Amino acid sequence: MQLIKRAFKTWMLWELVKGLALTMRYLFKPKITVEYPEERTPLSPRFRGLHALRRYDSGEERCIACKLCEVVCPALAIVIESEEREDGSRRTTRYDIDMTKCIYCGLCQEACPVDAIVETQHFEYASETREALYYTKEMLLDVGDRYESQIAANIAADAKYH
Amino acid sequence: MEWTDIALTGLIWALEILAIAIPVALSVAYITYAERRVIGLMQVRKGCNRVGPFGLLQPLADGLKLFLKETIIPSQSNKILFVAAPVMALVPALVAFAVVPFGETTLFGLWDTAHVMAIAHLNVGILYIMAISSLAIYGVLMAGWSSNSKYALIAAVRATCQMISYEISMGFALVCVLMLSGSMDLSVIVNAQTGGFWHWYIIPLFPMFLVYFISGCAETNRTPFDLVEGEAELVAGHIVEYSGMWFATFSLAEYGAMILISLLTSILFLGGWDAPIPALDFIPGTVWLLLKTSFFIFVFIWFRATFPRFRYDQMMRLGWKVFLPWTLAWIAVLGLFTYAGELNSSLTILSDMIGYYQPWRS
Repeated sequence: MQLIKRAFKTWMLWELVKGLALTMRYLFKPKITVEYPEERTPLSPRFRGLHALRRYDSGEERCIACKLCEVVCPALAIVIESEEREDGSRRTTRYDIDMTKCIYCGLCQEACPVDAIVETQHFEYASETREALYYTKEMLLDVGDRYESQIAANIAADAKYH
Repeated sequence: MEWTDIALTGLIWALEILAIAIPVALSVAYITYAERRVIGLMQVRKGCNRVGPFGLLQPLADGLKLFLKETIIPSQSNKILFVAAPVMALVPALVAFAVVPFGETTLFGLWDTAHVMAIAHLNVGILYIMAISSLAIYGVLMAGWSSNSKYALIAAVRATCQMISYEISMGFALVCVLMLSGSMDLSVIVNAQTGGFWHWYIIPLFPMFLVYFISGCAETNRTPFDLVEGEAELVAGHIVEYSGMWFATFSLAEYGAMILISLLTSILFLGGWDAPIPALDFIPGTVWLLLKTSFFIFVFIWFRATFPRFRYDQMMRLGWKVFLPWTLAWIAVLGLFTYAGELNSSLTILSDMIGYYQPWRS
């Protein structure tokens, strides 16, 4: 009986029919596609996107030109030059990040003792020229100014895990 | 014959050919779309839905892209064969449509008798299609050889071996159909199956139907038999060196062959343009034929979404050790059934059973 059953299943291509039934069921399942420009998936507060240089509430820039980020950067994407300002504090005169080199590892953000350089959740800054991806200090500060509330919220959300 | 008559006949032929070739080319375009959508849906994705409403203009965009792309001819290739190969692949796929009947029509009562809607109403249609579709191998073989690439060459050898092997079992499956219908004329085969789905040859010939359709998959190099273009091993097989319009010609040929196999399966086993129940006869026959054909095209796509690729030796084993003996045995059984009544009168019931499907005996 077992043998007849097996022979019948073989000749009726039972296994194949089962496979086809499975794909047919999946044909009618709800789709998981996220249609990106219109729909988005949620981003983690730890998301590592475009960099930003932050300021204190007083408007003073946080970066103290310690160059830890420059040292730790595995892709050598950061270039910093520093000078003494009139008030005697050490500040950067140049803070460039080459976004074409950056691998978004987040080490700069971890190395920074004053939370000056951070990575934001923004990732849609593709451009048609390479030049637009060489970010200067002004551009990075500008990014920081624009998204400060979001950056602060993300750091706060992540703080309890540190 | 006057020259005007010759011109008129030529014009009518040209119109008939266009009336088949253009819909075939269009349906090829939209089968690629359907394939992407259906496979997408089966993989819980949405598939292409960006270009136009529901992505319906995607095939046009793809066609335009392929048309505008540069056709690169490798410098080490055999250039004449390289250029001729896609044409050699496409021509048999299209020429075979010449004898496929799409229905019977009286042209809204203009003619007294029903005419078969085919470019050439051949009384050996099946033979013609078998002969022509065998020629499609040459396109693949020439492409593989002339590309001067190892991948293409191996693919061509595989394709040749595969298509020849499966043509045999396919031919024998067709012999079973011929033993029932008693004619090689495709319209006679359809008319032998008129009068509801219980007359269709899928019932007495169900195993042959499976053999024919699966061989059809192998013949058109579709999954699960697409070893020819198995990307894990052969990148893209015989089309690896092709680009632009010549590449498109190959896919036109592949999908054209797919339509042909689907059409033939519906004509040979599912009663062609006959309605499944005589009460549904008011729907035009061509609609039925196209519905059945679309179903089989869907099954082709469904197969692709479901089955993994065969190993080469498994495929050869299936062709030679399973399909071939099975079809041969079925021919013998069919023959015995047909003439059982003449051997012994107590076996008449067998020949009566099979005689139900054999209009040529009564």
